[in-house]
Amino acid sequence: MTRTTLVAIAAIAFSTLPSHASASLGGNVATVDADRVQMKAAQLRIIRANAYTLHELQSPTGVTIREYYAPGGTVFGVAWNGPWPPDMRQLLGSYFEQFQRANEAARSTRKTRGVLVVNDGSLIVQITGHARAFSGFAYAPGLLPQGVAPGVIR
Amino acid sequence: MYRILLFSIMLAAQVSSSKCDSSSSSSGGSGSSAAQNVLPVVVNGGPTNSALNQLFASVTLCAPGTSNCQTISGILVDTGSVGLRVLSSALTTVQLPQQTGAGGAPVVECLPFVDGFTWGPVQTADVKMTGETASSIAVQVVGLDKFPTIPSSCSSQGTAEETLNDLNANGILGVGLFREDCGLGCALTGSSNPGLYYTCPSSGCVITTEPVASQVQNPVSHFAVNNNGVVIQLPTVPTGGAASTSGTLLFGIGTQSNNGLGSAKVFTLDNRANFATVFNGQTYTSSFIDSGSNGIFFLDSAGAGLPDCKNSMGFYCPTTLTPLSATQRGLNGTTNAVAFNAGNVDRVNATFSVLAEATGANPGGFDWGLPFFFGRTVFVAIAGQSTPGGTGPFWAY
Repeated sequence: MTRTTLVAIAAIAFSTLPSHASASLGGNVATVDADRVQMKAAQLRIIRANAYTLHELQSPTGVTIREYYAPGGTVFGVAWNGPWPPDMRQLLGSYFEQFQRANEAARSTRKTRGVLVVNDGSLIVQITGHARAFSGFAYAPGLLPQGVAPGVIR
Repeated sequence: MYRILLFSIMLAAQVSSSKCDSSSSSSGGSGSSAAQNVLPVVVNGGPTNSALNQLFASVTLCAPGTSNCQTISGILVDTGSVGLRVLSSALTTVQLPQQTGAGGAPVVECLPFVDGFTWGPVQTADVKMTGETASSIAVQVVGLDKFPTIPSSCSSQGTAEETLNDLNANGILGVGLFREDCGLGCALTGSSNPGLYYTCPSSGCVITTEPVASQVQNPVSHFAVNNNGVVIQLPTVPTGGAASTSGTLLFGIGTQSNNGLGSAKVFTLDNRANFATVFNGQTYTSSFIDSGSNGIFFLDSAGAGLPDCKNSMGFYCPTTLTPLSATQRGLNGTTNAVAFNAGNVDRVNATFSVLAEATGANPGGFDWGLPFFFGRTVFVAIAGQSTPGGTGPFWAY
């Protein structure tokens, strides 16, 4: 992916883009206005690449959230960056409990502390940061559109 | 059974309590002599005897203005967070007064960490370390015994870290870059409040506004003299690891003969309190130094050219010791090239708790964890506090 393959849509007030909202991982773009309202997030911009569309949002607490949609409208990845973590239950949707289970299972092993790595095959989550600076990403490998490398989800 | 037995023995061995009389604590009143700002720290197995690269200290908590005190060992020294948090299971012999908010209801906090969140009441303590005292500051008592129902707005942040097994420590001593754990955001009403503080009347917990001065405090910023930051000194660790090592945590920067910056380079930070790291020609801006991270974490397996471990989740496991170098760069343009090694964490002696070559994945940037501190003197300056190296926040070494 290069910048030249992207078409950036200007940062228009989100009220003019009622169908462009946020959705949980694995959710669908068509059903998500309620989710954006739940996060009280503002739409910053929409970026269209060849194989996906990226919606960038900002929560009132200053967290930037990026959601990656496949051409069919399914959210295959999410990423965030800000002074606090996002609402992970909202962002991971049906994957949230899987995230918690995998995270708890990992605690019984000698593992990293200070970064969080969850990888159970069907869900990958990584979180990093320190006081007042958190960032991370999550994706479902099975939902990745053809030709999209996981590394774009940042 | 064996696990449970061992766990109980370790717990008993690590949680020692003492009644400190007022005469011994009064010697720390001025807090200005050199010996009084030196706290011994260790890297060992910790309270669970299973830690890797976790830095521990002992901290004394007293009911404010009294000699009712308890010293708790096995507290993680964490420059990546702010405020003192102790497990309720470790705070066994002293009762601390509960902070109250609107309508006299108890204040309870949900503090997010990268690994999960801590939930538990905000209580007030005199916090004593070596000759220093932070009087009547807010601390968090982590555990579900008093407020067993975690509100969904808190549990939505991730996974609860409420027990000794979760934290691998009896508590966390956050001596990072800020005076308090949240700042102005938590004092605001409305949706810009990140919702860390709750009042919990019997009807249930609701998010509250918490004045900055009432938030969980960095104990260091409340010391009489040595209050502008900390210095961590740890020795070099041999390749292959060690069972344990020890060093010192000094309070204050340039306030005593033992905590001067000397020739240390100062790295100032961006508005997220990060600096940059340049590796293989790429610049990673979300980079930071953190004694609470147990390795040097960067890129992913493909980007770093290092295989992931089979057993030690999240770490890299190259077959041979791999020398690496990256350049740290402050916002002020200060740079320094740092050489480090990546080793095989799966193959380290299982009884070792110290490993300099512990590295792992972190695609967000560089997390310079505890191995970075080995063989260095690292300064952490608190935001808004003045030092001979300028006003914090900054890191220096």
